[in-house]
Amino acid sequence: MANIHQFDVVVVGAGGAGLMAGLYASRTAKTAVISKLYPTRSHTGAAQGGIGAALGNIEEDRPEWHTYDTVKGSDYLGDQDAIEFMCEEAPQAVLELEHMGLPFDRTPDGKISQRPFGGHTNNETGKPVRRAAHAADRTGHMILQTLYQQCLKNKVNFFDEYQVLDLLIVDGKAVGVVAVNLADGELHTFHAKSVIIATGGHGRIFEVTSNAYAYTGDGIAIAMRRGIPMEDMEFFQFHPTGIYKLGILITEGVRGEGGILINGQGERFMPKYAPTVKDLASRDVISRAIYTEIREGRGVDGKNYVWLDARPESIVKYAALDGRTNIDGTPYTITGEQLLAKLPDIVDFNRVYLGIDPVTQMMPIQPTAHYTMGGIPTNKYGEVVIDDKNTVMPGLYAAGECACVSVHGANRLGTNSLLDLVVFGKYAGLKAAEYANQAEFGKLPVDAEAATRSAFEALRNGSGKENAFDIAVEMKKVMFDEVGIYRSEKGMKIAIEKVRELRERYKQVKVTDTGKIFNTEMLNAWELGCMLEIAEVVAECALNRQESRGGHSREDFPNRDDVNWLKHTLAWWKDGKTAIDYKPVTITKYQPKARVY
Amino acid sequence: MQITLKIFRYNPEVDSTFHYETYTLEGEETDRVLDLLEKVKGYNDGTLSFRRSCAHGVCGSDALRINGRNYLACKVLVRDIGTNITVEPILGMKIIKDLIVDMEPFFENYKKVLPWFINDSPLPADGKERLQSPEQRAIFDEGTKCILCACCTTSCPSFWASDDYLGPAALVTAHRFIFDSRDEAASERMEIVSETSGLARCHTAFNCTLACPREIPITKLIGELKIATITGKIE
Ligand SMILES: Cc1cc2nc3c(=O)[nH]c(=O)nc-3n(C[C@H](O)[C@H](O)[C@H](O)COP(=O)(O)OP(=O)(O)OC[C@H]3O[C@@H](n4cnc5c(N)ncnc54)[C@H](O)[C@@H]3O)c2cc1C
Ligand code: FES
Repeated sequence: MANIHQFDVVVVGAGGAGLMAGLYASRTAKTAVISKLYPTRSHTGAAQGGIGAALGNIEEDRPEWHTYDTVKGSDYLGDQDAIEFMCEEAPQAVLELEHMGLPFDRTPDGKISQRPFGGHTNNETGKPVRRAAHAADRTGHMILQTLYQQCLKNKVNFFDEYQVLDLLIVDGKAVGVVAVNLADGELHTFHAKSVIIATGGHGRIFEVTSNAYAYTGDGIAIAMRRGIPMEDMEFFQFHPTGIYKLGILITEGVRGEGGILINGQGERFMPKYAPTVKDLASRDVISRAIYTEIREGRGVDGKNYVWLDARPESIVKYAALDGRTNIDGTPYTITGEQLLAKLPDIVDFNRVYLGIDPVTQMMPIQPTAHYTMGGIPTNKYGEVVIDDKNTVMPGLYAAGECACVSVHGANRLGTNSLLDLVVFGKYAGLKAAEYANQAEFGKLPVDAEAATRSAFEALRNGSGKENAFDIAVEMKKVMFDEVGIYRSEKGMKIAIEKVRELRERYKQVKVTDTGKIFNTEMLNAWELGCMLEIAEVVAECALNRQESRGGHSREDFPNRDDVNWLKHTLAWWKDGKTAIDYKPVTITKYQPKARVY
Repeated sequence: MQITLKIFRYNPEVDSTFHYETYTLEGEETDRVLDLLEKVKGYNDGTLSFRRSCAHGVCGSDALRINGRNYLACKVLVRDIGTNITVEPILGMKIIKDLIVDMEPFFENYKKVLPWFINDSPLPADGKERLQSPEQRAIFDEGTKCILCACCTTSCPSFWASDDYLGPAALVTAHRFIFDSRDEAASERMEIVSETSGLARCHTAFNCTLACPREIPITKLIGELKIATITGKIE
């Protein structure tokens, strides 16, 4: 019990959401930011295409349009008050990033440049609108760097390479967290008035994913084990364009710049599925379209992939067919050199991992597990709400991909996550500090680190009959195959049974590294435990929802069912089982209607 | 195909000195070195320790010395370097365990160049963005790609000679701000990079540029900084 720290606010996670929260909280409260990775290694740095805001820098745009697009994109499951709040805040949030020095790309007249992205439209014409503010294809990298730099400037306290393993809740209030210092294996208790969870998603439960190794859902698992319900866990986004087999993301920005999808027979297929916006439809729509093409035998060479074509001559040809123009009304064109300037990393990924040049060759792509829509339920101030009446848990906050506000509902629009991070990260930071400044420290549990120590002990003392790596591989495969883009009762039951079996086998895992210094074997095994529990909750929630909506597509219930299912799922993890209840969706201006692109 | 992986091992809790361990495993031409390390950790020896996260060359976690050259393990494939692979920690840093080195001195050097945007003038009256032309933006574009992986700094003979040298990564960051038309602290930063532990230590060995996994023309950027400190002009 030697290492106890006291802070008004403790932020867990140093990605876009955690840094934004840390920056704002530290203005008025003593704040610590704890991160298992060096902050600049966080997954926010992988975000490519852009951050959405109706700045209207290139053409007319309005926050109301952004709001409506997001509601529609969410398949009406997003809470409209929160969505409206986010989209109204968006222009100011993006300008604030610019004021912090973020090097956005520029328009000829020196303003922040914007590009089209899937699902973002001019609501009057229905055509794609340029709404995604971008810094080449490394927008997230620039956000992460800029926020980290501002935190350094403002002397925020960082605990780098400390991994949080438990959340402390006493008398219905959050009072701190327990973490291990990776460098020496010592446990530390962080006693806090406010705890902000900003640990990102859990895409690593799936086989093919764009997500980092670190995306193991730690924050969600920790909160779930401490009795916090999870919202809408069945909704996971599969991004249409991951590099075949590897899952590495090819940003929607490629299609924003005019790239098109082509099946194995050389046909552009999206007009069949989304006649108006075609290759810029919502992600769920495109991922299903790709799967349908593949299933009906129109994948490339009978395999599980199709082409993404960004060769300048193809872009120009299809832009002409679509009547796409530049701002001045001239026909839209692009050269190989411009493509390289706008999407340097995409070109680089293709060269390195596939040995192909996207300027002269098509890219083989398949949908890839990408984004956690569900998570820790919060209101629009980042306060964690723990039941169907949105009762706030004092002292507990969440923001970023691990949180579910819910602004993304059943399907997130591209560019709205980065926006979510900066808007809700900021408000979570402000609220957490405000609360801390009038609250007293709660009492710590008698032995705060007991649960963590026994979790480690169990992993050290396993029989060793099972191998953690095998268990992970099997989990990822069954989740991708059976709880992926298309789902059915039969498949999901197989998945649930399999994951339960794997959870049993996990008890036989033995960590062989007995050391304290960077015991990554121990932490990987611990993370696998988080993922197994999350996988089971995801599969249970998916099996329970008997309709298709956004990213959740049931073959046995192909239609959206607003009568019975226009509601959020809340799932509790109790005694190793999932218990499900619901909460109403907030609808303000937009009544649900059929979703056509 | 069969791959031979020779890995630097050192566990301070057990070993008095380092040694190399050789593993043979099945792999494919398209495997990343990181994939192979994961396999060894998963099936041969769980105690093998290294950092990694994104697995596609954008987070900067896994800078390693591979066949004698700095790479990101996730951005170099078997087809690039063949089936006999030696993996060691990056040079010039204190080794903590196996392939993990102490990155603190590297980040300390980064912090010395004031790596944050400074502009205390009032914001534009309309509250909108500070304007910057595409040409002004282009001048410092290359430096903004840096992911702080340390491939450059730990390939630099001047850094090996003395780790109080700021090193290429910190200089790239200085360049990124000095050449940003919106930033107002150029002269302060120029002073910092002109100190003895700064630009003067760069002898254009060019190793950094070759090592950079983000293809930043580091030597060129350092050259621009040198000219700027001599002429006092930033252009
Ligand atoms: C390839 C890719 C491209 C994308 N492109 C876009 C885009 O163009 N536009 C867009 O809007 N969105 C995009 N997204 C989505 C968006 O980038 C992410 O949703 C978002 O960055 C998540 O940010 P975060 O702050 O919630 O989490 P992260 O940035 O992942 O940060 C999580 C933090 O939590 C820490 N952490 C985790 N567990 C623990 C623990 N147990 N203890 C301590 N610390 C912990 C980590 O160290 C890290 O600092 C993209 C995502 C990917 C994968
Ligand atoms: S793991 Fe991120 S750069 Fe290699």
